[in-house]
Formats: sequence, C-alpha cells, structure tokens
Amino acid sequence: MDRRQFLKTTGLTVAASAAGTFAAPQILRAAEPIRIGLMAPLSGVVAAGGREIVEGFNMYWEERGKKAAGRAVEVIVEDDAGNPDTALQKARRLVEQAKVDFLFGNLLANTGLAVASYVKGNGVPYFIPVIAADDLTQRNRIKNVIRVAGYTASQMPRPLADWALKQGYKRIATISQDYTFGHEQCAGFAQVFTEGGGQIVAQLWNPLNTADFSPYIGQLGDLKIDAVFAMELGADASRFMKQYSDFGLKGRIPLLGAQNFTDQSVIRTLGEECDGIISSAHFAEGSDNPETQKFVKAYSAKYGKMPSLYGFSHYSGAMWVDQVIEQLKGDISNRDVFIDAVLKSQLTNSPLGRPVRFDDYGNPIYDVYIRKVVKNKDGKYWNVPIETYPAVSQFWTYKPEDYLKNPPFSRDNQGIKK
Amino acid sequence: MASLNLVQILNGLTLAALLFIVASGFTLIFGLLRIVNLAHGALYLFGGYIGYSVTLGTGNFVLGLVASMLFVAFLGLIIDQGLLRFVRGFVLREVLLTLGVAFVLNDIALVIWGGDTFSVQIPAMLRGAVRFAGIYYPTYRLFVLGLGILVFIALWLLLNRTRLGALIRAGVDDAEMVEAMGINIRRVFLATSMLGASLAGLGGTIGGAFLTLYPTADSEILVFSLAIVIIGGSGSLVGAAVGALLVGMLNTIGQVMFPELAYFVIFGPMAAILAFRPLGLFGRA
Amino acid sequence: MSSTVSAIQRSALGFVLVLVIFGTLPLVVSSYQMSIANEILIFALLAMSIDVLAGYAGRTSLGHGALFGISTYVVIYWTSVYGGSAWVGCLLGVVVATLVAAIFAAFAVRVSGVYFLLLTLALGMIVWGVCLRWTSITGGENGIRGVGRPDLIASPTAFYYATLAVVLLMTFLIWRFVRSPFGLTLRGIRDSESRMRSLGYGTSAHMFVAFTVTGFFAGVAGALYALFNNFVSPSTVQLSQSVEGLLMAIIGGIGTLFGSFIGAAAIIMLENFVSAYTARWQMVLGVMFIVTMIFAPQGILGTLRMLLIRKR
Repeated sequence: MDRRQFLKTTGLTVAASAAGTFAAPQILRAAEPIRIGLMAPLSGVVAAGGREIVEGFNMYWEERGKKAAGRAVEVIVEDDAGNPDTALQKARRLVEQAKVDFLFGNLLANTGLAVASYVKGNGVPYFIPVIAADDLTQRNRIKNVIRVAGYTASQMPRPLADWALKQGYKRIATISQDYTFGHEQCAGFAQVFTEGGGQIVAQLWNPLNTADFSPYIGQLGDLKIDAVFAMELGADASRFMKQYSDFGLKGRIPLLGAQNFTDQSVIRTLGEECDGIISSAHFAEGSDNPETQKFVKAYSAKYGKMPSLYGFSHYSGAMWVDQVIEQLKGDISNRDVFIDAVLKSQLTNSPLGRPVRFDDYGNPIYDVYIRKVVKNKDGKYWNVPIETYPAVSQFWTYKPEDYLKNPPFSRDNQGIKK
Repeated sequence: MASLNLVQILNGLTLAALLFIVASGFTLIFGLLRIVNLAHGALYLFGGYIGYSVTLGTGNFVLGLVASMLFVAFLGLIIDQGLLRFVRGFVLREVLLTLGVAFVLNDIALVIWGGDTFSVQIPAMLRGAVRFAGIYYPTYRLFVLGLGILVFIALWLLLNRTRLGALIRAGVDDAEMVEAMGINIRRVFLATSMLGASLAGLGGTIGGAFLTLYPTADSEILVFSLAIVIIGGSGSLVGAAVGALLVGMLNTIGQVMFPELAYFVIFGPMAAILAFRPLGLFGRA
Repeated sequence: MSSTVSAIQRSALGFVLVLVIFGTLPLVVSSYQMSIANEILIFALLAMSIDVLAGYAGRTSLGHGALFGISTYVVIYWTSVYGGSAWVGCLLGVVVATLVAAIFAAFAVRVSGVYFLLLTLALGMIVWGVCLRWTSITGGENGIRGVGRPDLIASPTAFYYATLAVVLLMTFLIWRFVRSPFGLTLRGIRDSESRMRSLGYGTSAHMFVAFTVTGFFAGVAGALYALFNNFVSPSTVQLSQSVEGLLMAIIGGIGTLFGSFIGAAAIIMLENFVSAYTARWQMVLGVMFIVTMIFAPQGILGTLRMLLIRKR
C-alpha cells in the first residue's frame, strides 16, 4: 500500500466512522420509548457520588418496570468526569446524537452550569436534583432547567443558624471549600446567624482537595468560639472531621455542618469522629417516617449501603418527573406543556413521606430537619432528625422581591449583618 | 492574617516528614535512573489502599505498612522490567510512559476500591493527642515526624555505609563509569526502583492514616514530590529533606498567612528554582 | 534537492487531504458529529503548536494547555462580562496568550529535556491556580458562561467552516515557520545545542522566539475554543488539557505537523466512542499512552513514513 492509498483509506475510515452512527431526525411517536440522558461523574474525585446518582435513578425505573405512562423508558448514562468541558460535550452528544427527550443529573455545580448554558439555547428540559447554584432559581432562571427534588445552596443552612442561636451560641467561625457552592452555603448560615445577633468571628476558605487541614484546624483552635460551621464535601469532609478529632477539638468546640458534610457518602467510611455532628437538610436517612425507612431499607438491600443525598435526590427526581409524565398520559412532545406541568406539580409518595411543591421561582419548599449523627442499631452512623423547621423556602423569611435585589453571594459578600 | 505558633510549625514539620518519605523514593529514581516517574503518586495511592485493606483485614497496622511496601515494590519491579525496559534511554518516552501507567493504576484503584474516602486504621497507642509545652497535639502526627527522621537516617546509612549505597551514589554521578568497572548497573537500577517504589507505598499507608485516601490524592502528592525534587535537586537525599521541609512549611505558612496565594507558594518557588537553578539547590550536573 | 520537492509535495497533499476531508464532512454527518469534527480541528491546532516545540525544537511542553485556556478566558470575559465584541475579544485573547507565552519563554529558555517539561508544568499549574482562586475575575470553579457567537458565525456550519479556514491558515503559517531558515536553526539546536552555539547562533534567543510563536498558535486555538464551547472554567487550563494536546501530537507523530490532525481525531473520536460504552476512559487513555511509547514512539504518521522509507 503506498502512501497516497493509505492516506485515502485513513480519510475514508475517519469519515465513515464519524458517519457510522448517523441517524436522521425522526418524529417522535407515542409508542417510542422515552429517552432520558443521565449525566454523572463516574470518574474523578467525586466518582463515588456519581455512581450513587446512577444507582438511585436506575433503582426508581427498575421498580417501575422501566415504564412511564405505558411507554418504555430508556436511560442513557454518560460520564461527565466532574469536568464542565466534558459535561458539555456529553450533553451535546445526548441531545444531538442520542436524541433524548430530556436531560437529568450532574453533580458538581460547574458541570451543571455548563450544561444549563447549553440547554438554554435549545430548550431541552434539564432536571437537576443536586445542582444547587443559587441563581438557577433566583437571578438567572432558565425556564427549561428545573430543580426537581433539588435544593438551593443557601436554603438548607439557614434553619441551622436559627437553631444555633437558640442553643445560645454567640460566636461562630466558618470553614468552607473555596468555591461558589461553599460561598453560598456559608452565606446562608452567616446571614441568618448575624441577623439574629450572633457573630461570625472568622471565615476560613480552603482550596478544594486540601491534603492537610491542620493549618486551618490550628487556627480554629485559637479562636474563642462557641461552635464551628463547616461546609466540606467528599474527601475534604472526611479529612476535616478526622483531623478535627485528632487535634482534640471534637468535644471541645461543637461542630455544625452543611448537609453534604455529614451525608452518607461521607460518613459511611468514618468512625466515631463523625459522632454527634449537627447539620440541616430536607432528607434524613435516620428519620422514623415509614416512607423514608421503606426507601432506606430497599436501597440498602439493593446496594449494600444506605442512600446518600445523591441517590435519594435522583430517585425522587425520577419519581417526580414520572408522576408528571403519567399525568400527561405519556405525551411529552410539547416541551412547554411538559415544563409547565412539572412546575405546577407536587411530588407525592416520595421517600420524604410528605408532599413537596415548588415556590414561584421553581425551587422546592421543604420541611427541613436539624439532624444529628448517631449510631443506629446495626452500629452504622446515620443522620437522625432532632427538630423540624416546616416549609422552608429558598428565601427563608424574606420577601422574594426584596431578597433578589441584593447581589448574589460570593466569598466577599456573605450577607453578614454588622 | 493569622500568625504562626508552635502548633502550626509542628503541622508544617509533620507534613514535611511524610512528603520526605514519598519524595526520597522519587529523587532516588530520578537521580539514578534519570526517570521522572510520574506514576509515583499513583504508587503512593495504591500502596495506601493496600495498607488500608490489609490493616482492616488483619487489624495490624505494621502488617499494613509491610504489605504496602512489598506490594508497591513489586509494582515497581513490573513497571521497570515489564514496561520501562522497552524505552530505556529515551527520557521523554520514559516520562510519558509512566504518565500512562499512572492513569491505568488510578483507574484500577477506582474499580477495586470505588471512589469513597478511606483512612487507614491506626493502633490505639497512636490515637488521641499528647499535651506538652501548653499545646495539644495528635500523637500520630508526632509518630509520622519520628518515622520521617528514621527513614532519613536509614537511607543515609544505606547510601553511605553499604556497598549498594556506594554503587547508587556512584551511579547518580556517572552510571557509565560504574558499568565500565564491570558492575551490573542494571541490578543496581532495579534495586533502586524497587526501593523508591516501596517508599511511595510506605508513604501511602502512613499518609492514608491522616490525610485519607481518595481519587486524585495521587496527583496532589505527585505535585508535592515534584516540587521537592526540583527544589532539592535530583538524587540528593539531603536535597529531598531540605525540599520537603521547605514545601511542608511553605504549604502551612501559605494556608495560614496567605490563603489567597495557596497554589502560588508551592509553584512559584518551584518555577523560580527551575528557571534560575535548574539542577536544584543540592543537585549536581 | 529532490527530497525537498517531495517534502513540499507531501505537505501539499496534507493540505489537500485536510481540506477535502474536513471540507466535505458537514455534507455527510449529523450536527453532533460536525461539532466533534470542529473540536478535532481546534485541538489539532493546539497539538500542532506543541508539535512545533517538541518536533522541531526538541522541547516537550506541558504548559500549552494553559496558554490555550488563557485565550479562552480572555475571549469569554471580554464578551460576557465586559460586553465587548467577539472579534476584538479573539484578538485580545491571542495577544494575551502570546504575551504570557513570552513570559513563560523567558523562564524556559534556559532549560531543556525533562527540566523543560517540569518547568512548563509548574508554570501551567500557576495559571490554573490563578484561574481557580481569582474568583472575582474568573468566576472560580464555576467559570464564566459566554454570550454566544457573533451572528456571522452563529450557525454551527458557518462556524465550522470558519474554524476550518482559520486552522488551515494557521497550519500554513506553522508550515512556513518550521521550513524557514529560523525553523532550520531550531532543528539544529534540537540535534545539538552546543554545536549551534559554537557556530554562533543565539540558542536562547531562538528558543524564546519559538516558544512565544507557538504560544500565539495555542492562543488562536483557545480563542476558537471559546467561540465553540461558549463557556470557560479552570478545567480548560488544567494540566490534562496540556497532556491531551501532547498525546495528540505524539500519537499523530512528533515533527509531522499533519499528524496532529490524525492524533486529535483519534483521541477525540475514541473518547466519544469509548465513553459511550464504559466509564474506563482513563484506563484506555493510559494504555494508549503506554502502547504508543513502546511500539510507535514516532506516532501514526511517523511510523508510516518510516515503513515507507524502508520499503523503498
């Protein structure tokens, strides 16, 4: 084979393999399966959480016999690698090549925001049970990006701040991963805590994947504070708790956490260093609500571990969308009708054991638990509710119109009342 | 801006001790074999996982340490004899090959252990904290500091008091000359790569007990090791020690006093030294 | 001079092939596949910029992904935060990337071999750290969303052909650059730096210019990427971007220029193909690295060239 011949063949191969999966656009008929594109980080630092997204999501559809309103459901899973560029590429692939009816998933805010900016242009419905960036349901809403069974970052820590004030804590320091999700959660806490008369003594920001927390823990130990509020997730959370306990701060200064901090995905591999930490969230795997326990038992039986926030949210998110598809009798061909129906709907029979609805801005309103990490009768740590704040919206007690006039939270704007 | 105190200085020192254990293996391989082993971080993480599983299974921390060292030394043997021998002498091919090895090892670890965060169980006597000079400090970190010093002494004795050590030192200076003297330098190379790898494995288990194990821990450690070797100079034990101290302290000072510059405090000095003293503070051409 | 003539013929063939293959693709593939082809073109340019240094100057860089990403950042920032025109943004992006490349170059000219690799890696990591931490400008981890392309190239097909035109033009410039007397001197430095120095060539000055020029090309690729992706975050400047660019250049064949197109196509298509079936993309990439280094260090095009020469 001479060079010319070779290059020609290579060229043809390139063209052929690129065209290989070419599919002409087809008109969707009711008998066709509903195609769902699910994106999750299956490699990279948050791979464990990504796997649970897929597990929770699949578990729901398997329970339903992979059908919605009589139509078969086909879930196409793509790995976003926790990288926004990859997520964007995969979203394109799912929409333009696999022709999915709607997108679901992603874990990290940066991947979710990348996909959101893509679907903004083409109107494909995109459901985000764990992408919590505040402005997606506040200042920069995108109609087809919907937070089914999701939450807003600053929404959950607010009740915890109120609870902390009631405990008589006056001086609190925060430590958080230095990125938007952390800035927003810390701000939710700091705003309510300072408006109630508390004082935020210091705010430490550690880079993502901080190998050694000792410099930060050393600083926390030197401050004269009543409690620490920590917003870490994944490996950083485990390491922080471990080193907090190693340095003897545990038991000396009470530790409060954002919901991800004591999520099952973090505490299932930990020992007594996570014992007794207080956090706030809409879901608590240790709740005695029968619906919750039914879900926790089923999930544990299937996957050999208790559900994390990621598994729970995607199970419930799938349920929510399924209920709307049933209501529309399987016809989701009109996207506007579909999206409006979702926004008007209520999630019922979910593992929360209570109906959930959206506020006017497309963010769910939840009863939020104050949770404590304790050992269950099997000797495993889980989060048990000790108090409930009913109907907490993303705007807490503020008027939405007034609230939205303020600039979005950042590292420098923590909503702290001086 | 917060200030430094005894606790923070100890934090820097104990991190430095761990980094030294890992980086000493890296610098030996770099110095003698002239290979920048980009799989060194992956070996660290893999060793940590092995140490975690063995410690969990047997309930014995020392067994975990030994198992991780042996297993990772074995991995070092496979990489050297199974892969690197085919690209011997082509520096860049060697480097890029080890990068491929790192990808593969990390993915295998992800398959076996999943992506959850683990920490190696430590024996009861090392748990808790001790009180001295008015401060309260974790016993285990002091143990790491002691172990780091011990490893330094052991390596120093090995290099300066044994025949193998003499050959390694001679090899770092001029491998061809050693070969010309009728010594099988390949065997020395192999021993060094296994020794270097086993130090990464040891570091993995030691570090896994207080820094925890998770995907991407490998690249964080690798970057620290690179910085240390570049600052200290390749193949120099003292260089690695000084580099580790500098990096450990800079990391702590950076996080306490200049949180905005957390990344710059490591890479800034590294780039400056590379540009103006490419062979490092203690390196020889 | 026959070999020179054949080299020119060979390059002309390369141009024609790229033009024909990539020019006709939109006629036969779906919109998604066209976006993949678009990405291939952009990354081929990045790979070529790395190839110029690696193949013609003997310096393997792990910092070009950062230069690429700086340009992307500037374009997106200029258009979406500052509200400026995309054309001016692209110009600024390329200028800034070239300037940063000149700063990198000032550091990097003194070292070679593995030390060059490590130095460019460290410089790239600094850029990444800055993008991650300088939240007020870069949007931190979340990055910045773009505002879409200008109307003229808004449609995917129009943008695809625009990319093709720009990449072909850049390829031509790179081709001229490596064949110029300056490029020949670079090859001399690659083969023996001391000899060139003793012949009176300013090797440092040559390296400085070469590095800066390749930064320009990486910057052009980065600006195209900004228009393509309409989004930027620290993952655009991270080390794996440099590593992938380098791998593309190596798989295609170091010192072959056109190999970059083959390398970029191989990696990007494989990534799409493999990841649809398995989450083990990292393992595939790693094995590819290992196999290439052991069996085909000259890359696809380089190995073919060798085989052909042997056959004759």
